[in-house]
Amino acid sequence: MRGIVTVLGKDSVGIIAKVCSYLSEKNVNVLDIAQTIVGGYFNMMMIVDLAVASESLAPMAEGLENLGRDIGVVVKLQHEDIFNAMHRI
Amino acid sequence: MINIYEAQETIRMISEANLDVRTITMGISLLDCADGDHDAFCRKIYDKITTRAERLSIVGDEIAKEYGVPVVNKRISVTPIAIAASGCRCADYVEVARTLDRAAGTIGVNFIGGFSALAQKGMTQGDLKLLDSIPQALSETERVCSSINAASTRSGINIDAVNKVGLMLKDLASRTQAQDSIGCAKFVVFCNAVEDNPFMAGAFHGVGEGDSAINVGVSGPGVIKRALESVRGADFETLCEMVKRMAFKITRVGQLVAQEASKRLNVPFGVIDLSLAPTPAIGDSVAEILHEMGLEQPGAPGSTAAIAILNDNVKKGGVMASSYVGGLSGAFIPVSEDHGMADAVRIGALSLEKLEAMTCVCSVGLDMIAIPGDTPAETISGMILDEMAIGMINNKTTAVRLIPVAGKSAGDTAKFGGLLGEAPIMEVNRFGCAEFMRRGGRIPAPIHCFKN
Repeated sequence: MRGIVTVLGKDSVGIIAKVCSYLSEKNVNVLDIAQTIVGGYFNMMMIVDLAVASESLAPMAEGLENLGRDIGVVVKLQHEDIFNAMHRI
Repeated sequence: MINIYEAQETIRMISEANLDVRTITMGISLLDCADGDHDAFCRKIYDKITTRAERLSIVGDEIAKEYGVPVVNKRISVTPIAIAASGCRCADYVEVARTLDRAAGTIGVNFIGGFSALAQKGMTQGDLKLLDSIPQALSETERVCSSINAASTRSGINIDAVNKVGLMLKDLASRTQAQDSIGCAKFVVFCNAVEDNPFMAGAFHGVGEGDSAINVGVSGPGVIKRALESVRGADFETLCEMVKRMAFKITRVGQLVAQEASKRLNVPFGVIDLSLAPTPAIGDSVAEILHEMGLEQPGAPGSTAAIAILNDNVKKGGVMASSYVGGLSGAFIPVSEDHGMADAVRIGALSLEKLEAMTCVCSVGLDMIAIPGDTPAETISGMILDEMAIGMINNKTTAVRLIPVAGKSAGDTAKFGGLLGEAPIMEVNRFGCAEFMRRGGRIPAPIHCFKN
């Protein structure tokens, strides 16, 4: 099962590092990263592998949301299928 | 692979444009609970509902968290009680309603629909008992929703049932006067009622359905409105294309959630209902879509066409996105539940007559409309009858959810709270139809029903 992590907020030092270290603690492998910065706003998406994660998706999504709140950005983890359903036939 | 822009589009639809799954409704057949003994029947339906839907709320919340899309309501619909309870030895069905209410409370759903009767051609003893029980049942319970099918294209219109509903609504309104007659918000009268509708107050589990089913209602007027902002001033082809495209995306989310819920609950997937259901929240309104299309206010000339375009293109986009589409599927135009509609009424842009015209091209009908408490029962029945005639002749579902607010008059405001919102009380045509309604009996089915 794959998940998609998105980060949106004001750019600052260490955003990727903090998100990645959270994911590595949970044994989640990052498969792909894309990012853009528009007008000082940081916009990132990661495709992650949840197959051998140490926790299930819902508590990790909550953990990332809290982490985001601490560093002043919005972080979400969602099941990949919602994006596939909407954007792929 | 999904790219960053697609990911952000989905997230914005949810966080900024109020995209959500409005309801996961589990339909449960109560036919196998039939029992001559009233207490035994109540015990059986309580057990069946609480067992079958035990995990409904939990699963709904799980899905919401994993996919990051809100699942607003989890609900139950059951076999019309007038059928399921028809063999019971009892004077009325009030205790059955209380049992349904208790079962809904136990499993943590906010509404349970199916305190209903199918009376389009005639009324059985069970139908009569149910209709007589509605005022007490809906005023003494919190979560029970009720409906009557009083007409169909195949059978015509049962005027006796329509007349009884008018009187019944007055009784129900006065029993719940302290809360602006909120009891009437939990009752709807249909023409061509559908058997797999997941939306309240009209949801029931039809007798042609299986033992249980998962029906999902998606919504997202905010998403359509936001998308139309990007095509301001463009021609109608572009407008229609955009509505279709967004309806497709919204429906795909519904389809995903429905399949997942069906798998996790081990209950067959029934249908997706492609409805644009507004809430009183800003940015979750069908009226705002009409503004965005270029109308100064809902009710202005062009409004019927705007609703027709919206309804048709939501369907065109949606049907391709789901394997089974059903329910009511269209745009809802309730007054109290849509701040834009309520505002339009308040400033005199939207009248009852224009709303009636708009119901010819939308799903479903005169919905959540507050009228003066002293409106005569015959007039209420007459308003219902007009809507039934629209449904019967046009071969579509129409419904009426009128609230004659006891003790209040035109211009006052009725406040229901929560998702039901608030509405200015609308003026009703003061000329009577009592003699017309008193004819009674049944209006024969229209010529175009003879398709065989």
